Amino acid sequence: MKKITIVAILILCIAPFSVYAAESGMPLERAPVDIADNASLQRGAESFVNFCLTCHGASYMRYNRHRDIGYTNEEILEKMVHTGQKVGDLMLSAMRKKEGEEWFGVAPPDLSVIARSRGADWLYTYLKAFYRDDATGTGWNNLVFDRAAMPHVLYQLQGEQKLEVNGDQKSLILEKPGKMTPAEFDKFVGDLVNYMVYLGEPHANARKELGVKVILFLLGMLALSYFLKKEYWRDIH
Amino acid sequence: MSNIFNSMIEWIDKRFPLTSNWKAHLSEYYAPKNFNFWYFFGSLALLVLVNQLITGIFLTMNYKPDASQAFASVEYIMRDVDYGWLIRYMHSTGASMFFVVVYLHMFRGMLYGSYRKPRELLWLVGMCIFFVLMSLAFTGYILPWGQMSYWGAQVIVSMFGAIPAIGETLQQWLLGDFTLSDAALNRFFAYHVVTLPLVLLVLVFVHILALHETGSNNPDGIEIKENKNPSTGIPVDGIPFHPYYTVKDIVGVVVFLIVFCGIIFFAPEMGGYFLEYNNFIPANTLQTPDHIAPVWYFTPYYSMLRAVTVNFLGIDAKLWGVILMAGSVVIFCFLPWLDRSPVKSVRYKGPYFKIALTLFVISFFVLGWLGTKSPTPLYTLLAQIFTVIYFAFFVLMPWYSKIDKTKPEPKRLQE
Repeated sequence: MKKITIVAILILCIAPFSVYAAESGMPLERAPVDIADNASLQRGAESFVNFCLTCHGASYMRYNRHRDIGYTNEEILEKMVHTGQKVGDLMLSAMRKKEGEEWFGVAPPDLSVIARSRGADWLYTYLKAFYRDDATGTGWNNLVFDRAAMPHVLYQLQGEQKLEVNGDQKSLILEKPGKMTPAEFDKFVGDLVNYMVYLGEPHANARKELGVKVILFLLGMLALSYFLKKEYWRDIH
Repeated sequence: MSNIFNSMIEWIDKRFPLTSNWKAHLSEYYAPKNFNFWYFFGSLALLVLVNQLITGIFLTMNYKPDASQAFASVEYIMRDVDYGWLIRYMHSTGASMFFVVVYLHMFRGMLYGSYRKPRELLWLVGMCIFFVLMSLAFTGYILPWGQMSYWGAQVIVSMFGAIPAIGETLQQWLLGDFTLSDAALNRFFAYHVVTLPLVLLVLVFVHILALHETGSNNPDGIEIKENKNPSTGIPVDGIPFHPYYTVKDIVGVVVFLIVFCGIIFFAPEMGGYFLEYNNFIPANTLQTPDHIAPVWYFTPYYSMLRAVTVNFLGIDAKLWGVILMAGSVVIFCFLPWLDRSPVKSVRYKGPYFKIALTLFVISFFVLGWLGTKSPTPLYTLLAQIFTVIYFAFFVLMPWYSKIDKTKPEPKRLQE
């Protein structure tokens, strides 16, 4: 009887962690995510507004929520709002949906929760995996997302990469260096992805902080309730 | 002080059966004294039910059942509503934990023969609760209007379309449209927040009434009411539910809350099992996802739905899938009459039952795992094999439970 109990508990504990198999064949690089690092989030936020928000929206997020990452309202208006919006407004894209469809074939997806559907590692690898390909409409292709509709927005920073195929082995080679060294660019994309993880769930830090307090309280309750039970059950058995 | 209290109770008792009900259901409701680990899950199910009702009310205050606003309103709850993220995670985690708790509660019934005479009706009411729970989970999962909400619902709804003759009409009647759209979202919202919770509450009430009529079963599967103290009329192996099991259940509640809060605060997505990654993409009616998987608690049935790949006996493969899927749940209702063993509890049952139950549990988990995967020829073959094992547990039960070598039941509860 004990055995069945233990096995059942073990199975229930392990089952949820056997994560779904990755769809793409490309091994993903690990994104340097630390949503408690405000300096990184602020750098990521500024890059996000400058490079992503032109075409993509983050339309479930308000600008003034960024007080969470150490900004004041004035700093938010100065560093993040370039479209004349108010500080309490949603982060809408400068581009209209219809224009996106005309220019890229599909409207660029909203990025508010993109890190929750794609995962940080996918985004990190994707943003670094663009290469020159004359066969596509944009002149760019991507190792992680074949024939992505998005051109390589960051090519001036990263430079231009070329695809090299060696049997089954596919690799990217930097052909024309950009404004940043590969290490600088990795850090740039790392901050950007870190910000998108924050953007996906702005309250994640508060959640974990509150969680520690709740669990500690419950552990105290556990001791109390256990001794209460023991006291009451003294006359049974 | 106690005088005022007593006269107040007296005043109420003349107008409402307060003291008599308190006694009948708590302080003089005698439960077997040997409840073990498996007996926590009834009260825990009640706890999760209350959690779902309360968090559900607060979600309803901010959610918009409108195909063009639903997804955004969930994100509004997650970001702009004070502690909205907490309420939402309590509700989404509560949904999954409801099934964890109910599956363990049902498994307890199977271990100790709690469905056997005289508790057949108790079991059937419980099964009705399970059906309503599944409907609640289904209608609730549609509401965020993400890709998995939409396409998962599409799969379920198309099952109704597979029913011969009336299928298509029934499907349109359910949806209020020719396709899954805003009209369906609105009516599923109505079912989820009004109809089904009401039915569930009534059924839970009836479930507890039926339980208190027959009295609780126990790990030994013997009736404590058959051995009463002649002078008091109280079962010798029974103890009052209150205070003994109320204080014991509080320990269970706290342990459960530690697990529950651990998930809410540190792993609310539970690796994509409690909140699927693809459901963070807004529903797109024009783009079918590569891989549609229901939430984990439906995956065993989903596997059986997909297991049949050929038409046979003149019935379409798709309809077979629907029959098997419905059958896999409904068949639990027949357990009280399929089990022919002279004893109730697994403690005194023979090796055949133990092997059968083990195989059943394995097949349930394997089918559940297969349901999260895209089908391949190997996976489909596995799903077929384990579907057969799943059903064999029930269909062969009258035979193996009868010829099994059982041990004699004791007269009194064992420690």
